[in-house]
Amino acid sequence: MSDSSSVVAEPSATSHHHSDDHPRFLAHHFGSPQQQFDAGKFGMWLFLITEVLFFSGLFCAYAVYRSTHPEAFANADRYLDSTLGATNTAVLIFSSLTMAWAVRAAQLGQKTLLIRLLTITLMCASIFLGVKAVEYSHKWDLGILWASQFNPKDHAAHSPALLVLSIPAILATMITGVAFAVSRAKKSPIAAPFWFCLLLTSVAFFGGVGLGTMVPVIEESFTGVKHGGDHEESHSEQGGDRSHGHDEHANVAQGTDAHAGHSHAAESQVSEPQASIGNGPSHLLGQAEFDPTYTGIFFSIYYVMTGLHAIHILAGMGTIAWLVWRSIRGDFGPDYFGPVDYVGLYWHLVDLIWIYLFPLLYLIG
Amino acid sequence: MSESHLSTATAHVHGHGEEDYLSCSSGWKSWAFTLDHKRIGVMYLVAILASFLAGGIMALLIRLELLLPGKFFLSEDQYNHMFTLHGAIMTFLFLIPSIPAALGNFMVPVMLGVKDVAFPRMNLASFYLWIGGAIFFLAAVILGGLDTGWTFYTPYSTTTNTSVITASLGVFILGFSSIFTGLNFLVTINMMRPAGMTWFRMPLFLWSLYATSIIQILATPVIGITGLLLIAERALGIGIFDPARGGDPVLFQHFFWFYSHPAVYIMILPAMGIISEMVSTFSRKPIFGYRFIAYSSIAIALLGFLVWGHHMFVSGQSPLAAMMFSALTFSVSIPSAIKVFNWLSTMYKGSVSLETPMCYTLSFIFLFGIGGLTGLFLGALATDVHLHDTYFVVAHFHYVMMGGTLIAFLGGLHYWWPKMFGKMYNENLARIACLIIFVGFNATFFPQFILGSRGMPRRYAKYDPEFQIFHQFSTFGALLLGAGLFLSAGVLLHSLLRGRRAPANPWGGSTLEWKCSSPPPHHNFDWPPVVTEPYHYDHIQYDPKEGGYVEVEEVAPDPDDAPLPVKH
Ligand code: HEM
Ligand SMILES: [Cu+2]
Repeated sequence: MSDSSSVVAEPSATSHHHSDDHPRFLAHHFGSPQQQFDAGKFGMWLFLITEVLFFSGLFCAYAVYRSTHPEAFANADRYLDSTLGATNTAVLIFSSLTMAWAVRAAQLGQKTLLIRLLTITLMCASIFLGVKAVEYSHKWDLGILWASQFNPKDHAAHSPALLVLSIPAILATMITGVAFAVSRAKKSPIAAPFWFCLLLTSVAFFGGVGLGTMVPVIEESFTGVKHGGDHEESHSEQGGDRSHGHDEHANVAQGTDAHAGHSHAAESQVSEPQASIGNGPSHLLGQAEFDPTYTGIFFSIYYVMTGLHAIHILAGMGTIAWLVWRSIRGDFGPDYFGPVDYVGLYWHLVDLIWIYLFPLLYLIG
Repeated sequence: MSESHLSTATAHVHGHGEEDYLSCSSGWKSWAFTLDHKRIGVMYLVAILASFLAGGIMALLIRLELLLPGKFFLSEDQYNHMFTLHGAIMTFLFLIPSIPAALGNFMVPVMLGVKDVAFPRMNLASFYLWIGGAIFFLAAVILGGLDTGWTFYTPYSTTTNTSVITASLGVFILGFSSIFTGLNFLVTINMMRPAGMTWFRMPLFLWSLYATSIIQILATPVIGITGLLLIAERALGIGIFDPARGGDPVLFQHFFWFYSHPAVYIMILPAMGIISEMVSTFSRKPIFGYRFIAYSSIAIALLGFLVWGHHMFVSGQSPLAAMMFSALTFSVSIPSAIKVFNWLSTMYKGSVSLETPMCYTLSFIFLFGIGGLTGLFLGALATDVHLHDTYFVVAHFHYVMMGGTLIAFLGGLHYWWPKMFGKMYNENLARIACLIIFVGFNATFFPQFILGSRGMPRRYAKYDPEFQIFHQFSTFGALLLGAGLFLSAGVLLHSLLRGRRAPANPWGGSTLEWKCSSPPPHHNFDWPPVVTEPYHYDHIQYDPKEGGYVEVEEVAPDPDDAPLPVKH
């Protein structure tokens, strides 16, 4: 494998000149840039394997509880807003595109493009977290938390949860804003654009919050279906319509929100009693009481999985920010683009995990 | 670390005339921030030996308490804390990092013929993560101790008021440390082998570490997530493991053993690798069945993932699963047995010389033999129902973990000590220490097989008087064992001060580490070393002037190899 690429030279050549013919970015213990790049890439793949196995424990827990308590999962899914999930999926997939493109830009030495693409990737990550903050805070208000705190309420309480979740972003905006102003005043060639990128990233969070708030409203105005904590009503309405089988409205809803119709099908199989209870908030309570224990466990799994995923997003943002700094410094080019490549791989994996989480958490039922 | 370290090495060993890694720079910073795998290995060595000492003292306290059937000097509660910490420290802080992170870190690049591991910074990070994990363990001790057993079984671990969260965080951090080491070795071995170092010219120690690293990469993340879930269970009440909330405690056991069974191979595979090196060197005979030993390491690594359920035969798993796990457990002993047969065949008709490392090798083969064979009694479903959670299990895993890993570690330490520190120790005293350890070990743990098969359960502070004679025997054995260990520590430390200067090749080894000076130069090799088949001894002869072995005849150079350096 590496045999061909490692430098085999006459003893004198390597022992006397080895530090001269090494490019600056080449660590002393590697024989060639190619070997260094390959080693880094292989290392990254191995790290991704550990990440997959790390999440696999959670997927196992998910599989175990879903197979032993399918009804709880069917029941729980209705508390999740699949439109918001889909929005976030789109945001992340788009960020994967910009990340992959950034790798290409690094390889071609297109410095400005690289910086822009990395910044867009960062902003997407931020938007994702903004939407997630809306989702989390909404659940908090409805008392839909992990098992020990799972206590669904009829109506959303008005709490500052969203504000609390936004505090880090508010702080980040202030800090990056000040840092940008200072570094610009100092005309610092690297720090100024760097802080500007991070400022954009921090502000993008609020774009995400806005998106997360608006999407359900827009969806509602299109379909007339109210989403969020009390969208159970609409499900059973659709269900009722569907069982009669001749209402256009239900079909529209199915078209825009594939899981709505789908979730109902399963629900009517497993949760017999609820079919006779009927609509309205009391029905929601009936659902929660149907099996709060395991619905609570579903949400434990939901929070652990999405929470850990969010932590991975944050870690990815940290490393991408580091790439932004290095790109502005002009480290990358056709000879040396390994770090962009590796971080790109990591970012795709984080996206991929979300792509599994989305259907498993939002689209079941 | 100066990267522009130049040298004009023309001597017969690499690094002759160049400053060695110990003296090339000084001051605490040159150690604390070093990226040299050898120094990191030495720091790891000191760190794990310190935890071995701590764990060992606890072991002696446990054994002393068991001198009497009733209470001697520990309350039940203190006893629980004591065996938990002993087990946790020995497994997570000592055994798992012992051979790979200390000896492996030092030897892998040297034996491979490269300057360093692939990611030196990650290597240093691994060490500091270990320190971080150790600090969390220490904090757990201070903040109320731990009494769950090293296995952290739920639901007890979700209800006890001891510091489970702190200790789990410690395990989590140590897991990352272990992953970093494994990842580094995999990349180094895959990507950095110099010309001539084909897969099947690699010393078997490297094969064993390669297999170990596969396990570290694949299993450790699972204990990581298990620890996090346990923490979340305690801190938030997520109900996944806690039956009071509808959770499933057996799921915890599955998660735990999915890591911890493979983890026992993290402990034993490197040990087997060391034995393969030493058995060949001290028989002065090519290793028998090189490829079988190499492949069996990989086989053990992979099969080891399929047998975790043998720890849960009585935990409420389905009878079908229990039967499958029982059958699979037997399969994993096949590659282990292959190794033992190959070692024995290597010695057969070899000219065996009983230097200290070889004494440890023989000790290992004997003790690991017993440990592995008693594993079969436990792997057999029907007998395990009787033996599970008795002293029989305790004896089994001490025979494999102590009789196996620790003995091989000590053997490897004695084998490479002259290389690492450039000093020879007192051969006779070291051999006596080895003998005392062997006798003490058997005296400690053999009676426990009898205890266990007669029904003495493990983890009990008090016992029926009928068991007393065996417990006392075991306790006196433990004291003897401790004495042997202290003696060998004394012998090694003494050598640092008074030892004779070590030659480059004191044992007549044929792998690359013996081709650089003792201790190795800062960059290991100034030019890519000439790599030939390992385990050929014809051209390596004792030279009284050197006080060690030298190569005497030219090996026919491979066409694409650089010519051998000139001999004195
Ligand atoms: C060679 C083949 C081996 C077999 C067939 C085997 C089998 C078993 C079985 C069936 C058990 C469960 C006993 C019970 O709890 O009832 C067990 C426990 C154990 N084994 Fe092994 N084993 C083998 C090798 C090893 C090795 C190489 C190590 C470590 C280096 C090891 C370490 C342990 C430990 C630590 C436990 C006890 C864990 C605990 O409950 O605290 N075993 N072994
Ligand atoms: Cu096992």
